[in-house]
Amino acid sequence: MLNNIVKKEKLAYGVHLFWIENPIISKKAKPGQFVIFRIHEGGERIPLTISKTKGNMFRVIVKAVGKSTYELCKLKENDYIKDVVGPLGTPSEIKRYGRVLVIGGGVGIAAIAPIVDALINVGNKVDTILAARNKESIILEDEFKDSENLYFATNDGSKGEKLFPNQLMEKLIKEEKYDVVWAIGPALMMKACSEVAKQHNLKIFVSLNAIMVDGTGMCGGCRVRIKDTLKYTCVDGPEFDGRDVDWNSFLTRLSQYKAEEKKALENYLKIVGEPTWL
Amino acid sequence: MALKDRVNPIERNPKERAKDFSEVSLGYTENLAIIEAKRCLQCKIPTCVKGCPVGIDIPGFIKQIANEKFQESYKILKKYNALPAICGRVCPQEVQCEGACVLNKMGKPIAIGSLERFVADWASKNNIKDEIKIEKKLTKKIAIIGAGPSGLTAASELAKSGFLVDVYETFSEPGGVLIYGIPEFRLPKSIVKKEVDFLKELGVNILLNIPVGNAIEPQELLEKYDAIFIGVGAGTPKFMNIEGTELNGVYSANEFLTRINLMKAYKFPEYDTPVKIGKNVVVIGGGNTAMDAARSALRLGANVTIIYRRSEGEMPARKAEIHHAKEEGVKFQLLTQPISYIGDKEGNLIGIKCVKMKLGQPDKSGRRKPIPIENSEFIIPTEIAIEAIGTNPNKLLLSKFEGLKLNKWGYIQTNEYGQTSIPKVFAGGDIVTGSATVILAMGAGKKAAKKIKEFLND
Repeated sequence: MLNNIVKKEKLAYGVHLFWIENPIISKKAKPGQFVIFRIHEGGERIPLTISKTKGNMFRVIVKAVGKSTYELCKLKENDYIKDVVGPLGTPSEIKRYGRVLVIGGGVGIAAIAPIVDALINVGNKVDTILAARNKESIILEDEFKDSENLYFATNDGSKGEKLFPNQLMEKLIKEEKYDVVWAIGPALMMKACSEVAKQHNLKIFVSLNAIMVDGTGMCGGCRVRIKDTLKYTCVDGPEFDGRDVDWNSFLTRLSQYKAEEKKALENYLKIVGEPTWL
Repeated sequence: MALKDRVNPIERNPKERAKDFSEVSLGYTENLAIIEAKRCLQCKIPTCVKGCPVGIDIPGFIKQIANEKFQESYKILKKYNALPAICGRVCPQEVQCEGACVLNKMGKPIAIGSLERFVADWASKNNIKDEIKIEKKLTKKIAIIGAGPSGLTAASELAKSGFLVDVYETFSEPGGVLIYGIPEFRLPKSIVKKEVDFLKELGVNILLNIPVGNAIEPQELLEKYDAIFIGVGAGTPKFMNIEGTELNGVYSANEFLTRINLMKAYKFPEYDTPVKIGKNVVVIGGGNTAMDAARSALRLGANVTIIYRRSEGEMPARKAEIHHAKEEGVKFQLLTQPISYIGDKEGNLIGIKCVKMKLGQPDKSGRRKPIPIENSEFIIPTEIAIEAIGTNPNKLLLSKFEGLKLNKWGYIQTNEYGQTSIPKVFAGGDIVTGSATVILAMGAGKKAAKKIKEFLND
């Protein structure tokens, strides 16, 4: 169990790619699963999606949004992550559906990369939408070449269509008959895409980025209401049919520690100064 | 000194201790321990031993304390119990050894738990190294899943017999509930660490951060090991699932305690994990977990109320913990049942709607059943609610164990020796019994270890 950073690369401002050495996780991980990192003693446990595996390594792509992710992005090659647990969560339901639309928004693009590969491998025809704020934030574009069609959507129109991903999704659904959709990205994006899917009576998998502590079903902090039942995102998910998710309570729970998160980041920046490494 | 008087261990002042997470009980001094030990009648047929799930030679170790031979006493204890500093602190002695002490008939029973703790702490303070006697090195390998009380006890027993033992643990620290559940003020984590280090000296190999089921499949373990012991606990919390369970400010006790104990959220922002705390905190439940959550919340500065649907007599928590909680200022709202959570526009909890209860006829558990009183609804304003109403078996692992028989509640079915429907797989602790006690889990670990030895020597 080494957990050393074999390779690190900056993909966009505050978005960093890490290849971590860990033979167990790299061997066992399936698309849709995640790991939990604790960077150092005293650190918090944060969930990160496994974005790919290769040999003894697995890949995560991290967006710096708060103290722990700022710290993680500050690590260099050959540094170690103190604790890495995984693979966790139920893998994506990969099977032959026929025609699939896969949408990745922002760093969610990292999460859809292994899913798109797996879907194509079992014989699906996959159309992919890569969506982000702007051209610079579209990551891993090269990895989606095997898609039937590759579409781009940016908020400012600097690449592809000047549309929100749910808008582009709606447009494509009218042109092409899809059997299932995947949408992974910010919660609001997944919610919007789920609304479109609901209107068109289309199954849509979303990957919920709930707040977690242990990630093994022990605390229920990541609970989410799916139809009428409480589910634990870490063991029952993280993927659910977006049409069944109670989005309002999910979004509320995501903002639970806003004040604490802000305070932790401010304290950290007071110590380290300008985050020039982002 | 009259026989019925018991020497109480020294405790910190409630007002002072309610402000920090340091240990409440300071234990015995040497003199106090000797006086208490001398009260023991040294029964020929000691009933106390029968009350101990691991069958410690209680009169034996107490006699050595009375004779001021603490090291001898420690040796006796250690022969039966791998983790005496822990058991002396967290066992519900009143229903075990102390409950069975003959002195109950005339007054207070011997403070067996406090004496056990005294000896273990004395040995630790005086750097007494445990004698490591490994019977003979064997080549057979055993996998233990879960580094909680049952797994650690089984590991220690099997390692002493010479087996190669690998313990797989999902968390970054071994100890299970001793680490994430029971707070520092009842069980200092340094003690858990010390007792676990002893297992490492026995040659037990503890592999951390490995979720068996995902990182390693049961099938692989079955191929690689000669026997397996499952001691994964009953870790999945139940929720009442009333309206508003998703509101911010509603916690399971497991989450609240994990944040505080394992992640040290009470030291935020020195430690990175936050925990929400309001002016008011309500804890729902009447067990030890509820007491731990309430007393932890109190230490974070909140005004804490425990809501319980029955009356105090039916509370499953240890009497001592209820007493400690009261001393520290926890309020009790008995015969009360929550019916829904009330939130504000931002999704934050602001209150709990409750109904008053009365007690009816005894139910199957022998406790009088609580019945709602009509038109008695009222609202308790609070920003935080912690549900401590019990747990379910964690299915992360069990769903992947092919052919493993579960009972109707989803716990593992075993015979009386801890053997499951798969002959080389044994199980014990909460994953078999449902939420129980640390010492019962240890007893199950010990019993299963004995059976595993027989099984492998056949």
